[in-house]
Amino acid sequence: MSPQFKTIDANEAVASVSYRLSEVIAIYPITPSSPMGEWADAWASENKPNIWGTVPLVAEMQSEGGAAGAVHGALQAGVLSTTYTASQGLLLMIPNMYKIAGELTPTVFHVAARSLAAQALSIFGDHSDVMATRGTGFALLCSASVQETTDFALISQMATLKSRIPFLHFFDGFRTSHEVAKMQPLSDADLRALIDDALIQQHRDRGLTPDKPVLRGTAQNPDVYFQARETVNKFYDACPDITQQAMDAFAKQTGRAYKLFDYHGSADAERVIVLMGSGAEAAHETVDYLVEKGEKVGIVKVRLYRPFDIKRFMESLPATVKTLAILDRTKEPGAGGEPLYLDCVSALREGREKGWGKLKTDPRLIGGRYGLSSKEVTPAMIKGIFDEMKKDAPKNHFTIGITDDVTQTSLPYDPSFSVEPDSMFRALFYGLGSDGTVGANKNSIKIIGENTDNFAQGYFVYDSKKAGAITISHLRFGPKPIHSTYLITNAHFVGCHQAMFLRRYDVLRYIMPGGTFLLNSLFGPEEVWSHLPRFVQEQIIKKKLKFYSIDAYKVAQEAGMGRRINTVMQTCFFAISGVLPKNDAIEAIKESIRKTYGKKGEEIVKMNLQAVDTTLAQLHEIKVPAKAESTIDMLPPVSEEAPAFVKEVLGKMAEGQGDDLKVSQLPVDGTYPTGTTKWEKRNLALEIPVWDPAVCIQCGKCSFVCPHAVVRIKMYDPKLLASAPATFKSRDPMDRDMKGMKYTIQISAEDCTGCGVCVDVCPAKNKSETRLKAINMQPFTPTMRQEERDNWNFFLKIPDFDRKQLKLTGIRQQQLQVPLFEFSSACGGCGETPYIKLMSQLFGDRAVVANATGCSSIYGGNLPTTPWTQNTEGRGPAWSNSLFEDNAEFGLGMRLAINKQKEFASELLKKVSGTVGDTLVQEILNARQKDESDIFEQRKRVAALKEKLKNAGTADAKRLLSLSDMLVKKSVWILGGDGWAYDIGFGGLDHVLASGFDVNVLVLDTEVYSNTGGQMSKSTPRGAVAKFAAGGKPARKKDLGLIAMSYGNVYVGRVAMGAKDEHTLKTFIEAEAYEGPSIIIAYSHCIAHGINMTTGLKDQKAAVESGQWILYRYNPDRLKTGENPLQLDSAAPKIPLEQYLMMENRFKMLTKSKPEDAKRLQKEAQQDVYERWAFYEHLAATTKPAETKAPETKPA
Amino acid sequence: MDLKTKYLGMELRTPLMASASPLSEDVATIKKLEESGASAVVLYSLFEEQLTKERVELHHHLTQGTDSFAEALTYFPEPSEFKLGPEEYLNHIRKAKEAVKIPVIASLNGTSTGGWTDYAKKMQQAGADALELNIYYIPTDMNLSSEQIEKTYIDILTSVKSVVSIPVALKLSPFFSNMASMAKKLDDAGADALVLFNRFYQPDIDLDSLEVRPHLLLSTTASLRLPLRWIALLYGRIKADMAATGGIHEVEDALKVLMAGASVTMLCSTLLRHGVNRIRILEQGIRAWMEEHEYESIQQLRGSISQKNCVAPTAFERAQYMKTLQSYKA
Repeated sequence: MSPQFKTIDANEAVASVSYRLSEVIAIYPITPSSPMGEWADAWASENKPNIWGTVPLVAEMQSEGGAAGAVHGALQAGVLSTTYTASQGLLLMIPNMYKIAGELTPTVFHVAARSLAAQALSIFGDHSDVMATRGTGFALLCSASVQETTDFALISQMATLKSRIPFLHFFDGFRTSHEVAKMQPLSDADLRALIDDALIQQHRDRGLTPDKPVLRGTAQNPDVYFQARETVNKFYDACPDITQQAMDAFAKQTGRAYKLFDYHGSADAERVIVLMGSGAEAAHETVDYLVEKGEKVGIVKVRLYRPFDIKRFMESLPATVKTLAILDRTKEPGAGGEPLYLDCVSALREGREKGWGKLKTDPRLIGGRYGLSSKEVTPAMIKGIFDEMKKDAPKNHFTIGITDDVTQTSLPYDPSFSVEPDSMFRALFYGLGSDGTVGANKNSIKIIGENTDNFAQGYFVYDSKKAGAITISHLRFGPKPIHSTYLITNAHFVGCHQAMFLRRYDVLRYIMPGGTFLLNSLFGPEEVWSHLPRFVQEQIIKKKLKFYSIDAYKVAQEAGMGRRINTVMQTCFFAISGVLPKNDAIEAIKESIRKTYGKKGEEIVKMNLQAVDTTLAQLHEIKVPAKAESTIDMLPPVSEEAPAFVKEVLGKMAEGQGDDLKVSQLPVDGTYPTGTTKWEKRNLALEIPVWDPAVCIQCGKCSFVCPHAVVRIKMYDPKLLASAPATFKSRDPMDRDMKGMKYTIQISAEDCTGCGVCVDVCPAKNKSETRLKAINMQPFTPTMRQEERDNWNFFLKIPDFDRKQLKLTGIRQQQLQVPLFEFSSACGGCGETPYIKLMSQLFGDRAVVANATGCSSIYGGNLPTTPWTQNTEGRGPAWSNSLFEDNAEFGLGMRLAINKQKEFASELLKKVSGTVGDTLVQEILNARQKDESDIFEQRKRVAALKEKLKNAGTADAKRLLSLSDMLVKKSVWILGGDGWAYDIGFGGLDHVLASGFDVNVLVLDTEVYSNTGGQMSKSTPRGAVAKFAAGGKPARKKDLGLIAMSYGNVYVGRVAMGAKDEHTLKTFIEAEAYEGPSIIIAYSHCIAHGINMTTGLKDQKAAVESGQWILYRYNPDRLKTGENPLQLDSAAPKIPLEQYLMMENRFKMLTKSKPEDAKRLQKEAQQDVYERWAFYEHLAATTKPAETKAPETKPA
Repeated sequence: MDLKTKYLGMELRTPLMASASPLSEDVATIKKLEESGASAVVLYSLFEEQLTKERVELHHHLTQGTDSFAEALTYFPEPSEFKLGPEEYLNHIRKAKEAVKIPVIASLNGTSTGGWTDYAKKMQQAGADALELNIYYIPTDMNLSSEQIEKTYIDILTSVKSVVSIPVALKLSPFFSNMASMAKKLDDAGADALVLFNRFYQPDIDLDSLEVRPHLLLSTTASLRLPLRWIALLYGRIKADMAATGGIHEVEDALKVLMAGASVTMLCSTLLRHGVNRIRILEQGIRAWMEEHEYESIQQLRGSISQKNCVAPTAFERAQYMKTLQSYKA
């Protein structure tokens, strides 16, 4: 069979094999494994069959625990079942994994291995999650490359069916799961040839059926449990042989041979490294290089880690080994060593005793950690380890790839060491997420991989920021298979698709001397040089680079592609890089455009083809002058005025140099200062809002809705204007309460994303030119940048308005409260952040926040800089994120702690009344703490108390001193998205609401799992297309509010600020004031809805007007006055639902993929609206039932 | 009484047709139109521009935010094929044809030459009995001459005629320098019928929001005068059939345009206002009037008061404008 190649990533490769070998697939999204489930769901929705001709059933569950349970059940009922997961998701599967293994059930779980959340969450790759399953009884099979993932997906299925041991097939998250590489896929024929139907029959025969009833899953007593546990041993003993046999049969079919422990290196190696996963590829490449140089080195790639076959491991080692280094991509704090190391230590001991293998002497053993959270594993590091092994006393329990200046674990290495062959072409591309750079590069890899004999590899580094995200693409092409599983540091070609990066990042750091540099610049060939920063000019001259430039935006715009310059830059790359003959390359791009965009219509194809045709005329080689004369400097990553920690630590991360930070520079327990986004001026906006005081009606809406808190309002003493910058704007306030003051709306232009939501919402119109409002978008020029920076700095110096004086009944005054959540990394136009900001303004100075994992924990807590901040008194929200599934419980724990501390403080207060005076004690204990003034007074009392306690000296006084701040009312906020509240965290949320404790839950309801890319949740409305609901969600949205109302003592508010902003404000205030659990369900428009993010509030309005989203407040306190606790705050549906649905791609796209289904679902959804409205109207209309007497007991 | 008429080479039971409107979006309503006595139905228009716009929009939304953030490289599942072409419309033609016996005329508004011909062919294949080209176009380019505009119309017609064998009608606006000349050119180029006239969305200003709100007002009887004049002027001078549209609300309106020379009357606003049953009432009214006035057939009265056949032919011409003014003075 002639090899056919495909260029895909491992997630797709694995999904392709496992899908075709499954009957039931249970899924749940978690990075980086989500795409596997997405592929499976997409194929099932298109009725793609497995190898037996039937379409697998794909079911999304409410959590990974649920997925594992469903798989367990499916297996018990006799089908072939699989699931995909990573990290905490895998941890949630562990209980079922013990069961599945204990019952000797064949299955394969495919895991894109990822770090576990410890001092921080990380989405990136290491083996911490897989290592946590070592005890489950699953076999652990590791693949190291995209090719291996597809191969091992099949081998693991073969082995599990034969051995009855369930398999966990894993590969490195991102590095392998997301690497796009040229590989040979497995055909249906390959799969059929290697899967034994007889074994499937045996599995089916073990399935539960009432036709042959058995009982499985008993409870056993001390008499037999132990013996029963030992019954499985022979299956584990047989498993390695079976796996090797599967590998051998696989080799016969495909020509690709594997061993449980694959040795690679010189036959007489003295130094051997043992490792598994993608790092083995880099080590493989390094060994080839070193062996050629005459070094006696080798590596053992561990494939089957569990069951650990000691004999085969011993046999894999050359007789000559003197030193073994065992590398673990995980950390087990407190252990005698990391798991693979410990396994090798015991294996060697036992193996030598039994005389297995060829070793002549006992080798010396060292173990080390590497690559946590996708930390690079490079040949330089591998060489560093080999060098260490040469020493007489090499370091054990070392780390490699970091500088540990605290416990000195790290090994030194020479970062400049490289083994990459000259025959391999390497290219780096810096782009923006929104400009299509990554897509273009994925396409280039396909073109090269599928049109030439070359091997190709692409790896993409993304930003953790959602707005203005930078992407760096690493592309390799060459005639030999590519083992380089690390980032490029020696590039032949660098493409910078955004000129602004040149001042922020060292874009040319990794270009080789004589390399080619391509820049997208607005400046023509004559001007571009003089607009480069001096540092860049110097590098171009020093490295003798060939420099090309193009105005890609012009070409793209003329072709109708807006700001997507993907095709333009791709054409430039092929035109000047020489990786393919130019004309062939251009033809290949065109062919690929037709293939890729054909299904999206002729226009899309045409505009891309036009872009290709017009690109070359606009591409210029720039003559490089002999001297760098630019006066443009690089920008500092964070402000020069920032505190030392921000500059030295967070600033390094912002600059992309975080790898250079030493262990001593980082906090030991994951605690970071708040209020750090303000130091990182990202200058993302191309246009910024500009205030027109003459038109403004001072409603405050622009500031209310601003997702990044860059639109701010102050009212102040006019005297302060004396020192204002020339362009600082102000006018008299319209608010009568504020007479005699001045009013200013100021933009923090350098923090603005340019989303335009403020302009969209502005209700004031210029009377002479109605296209203008009181706030208008204008191009953000360098002059404005300077002016607005000065204006902003001046604005910050104006004192904040006295909170006690503000009327919170309207937005106009409320917006004078300072946001304590600012400049987050959320998407431009985000629909969630305005709610969080509002909460921070109202209660932030006394709030503790428990944040469920998801978008809000990422834009709220992803390093380097974070948005939760403090007021001028140093108070502000204290924030933490525990997990995805436990957030309500996490928040309740905080409430319990605060209550306990307050209670204890109150008890102590009574005890010390002699010292501090009974009046103060009584005042503090009986204080009303309902509004800002109350809180202010209580803070004053507590300050007085502290003053008195300072010198008291008694143990009780000391205890009280540390607890006394808890006597001021605290507000506990539990934040999260619908994935948390409706699905994975619902059990806990339900319990917390039922608990009666005073917590405030804010559900940022985007109706999908936004952070992981738009998967369906139970909040997803009927008819919406989402991942895992490619055919449109068939069922109604879950009514979380109604469930919460059913407790009777829970305050429930449903808001949509785009529909009624003051209702939102009122609901937040009432919910917080309610002395019991409260939940606010907030409509949050989202990029995952497929909408224009500038006009997201219009979507909110339409959702409410159509009756899709009813606004209401359910306040149990109203029962006390005999009122119905439920008040409907929106009117009966007044526009057809269709009008709202067609505003959003999530609904509209179904009309373009399954028009019949779309029609039916739309009709049903409209019916939902009618029924829901009728039901709620009924609920709100009923009055409190008259008290009825209990029926009297009559004598019989 | 014989109410039969011929339009686009088809014999119709009466001259009362349903013109292109939202009423034909639903096959069930088309069936009701037939039951109420519509002699033929023109389906709502397929707008090429809308299809194009939707494709671009879909592409935009499917790419927006992709490949930016490591956890969410896409936001939507992408099916391996989309139904972005005219399939839905073509299916609608098929279903309408299956549902009713009356002729079904498809209506097309293209933007590109390829679009006009491609969709026209597909509509014929889907079973349309005839095509109505809805050339819905407001020229605003100051550098575009009337010759160029007129040529565009002729080019569209000839290119469509060259690819279909079913009859082709043109729905026109009245805004030509010389409507008569334009009608002749189209007639010469092979138009099987002219539908007079298309009514456009007109801008309005919303004083609350201070925004421009284009919308379509339902016609009134007064709108009838314009088609009436031109049908009367053109009757007997061109080979193409004429359909009157815009302003036919009452029995009298229908009779007038038929007498001016229209082969059929196309109904829209009156059906939207009064419901599809209006057709039956109009038909009864026409019968009653003809009976009362002793007409035997539509054929008999058609064109009877056209410019060619009327007592005072100049009454249809421009000079009448002066007289009207004078009558005001008096």
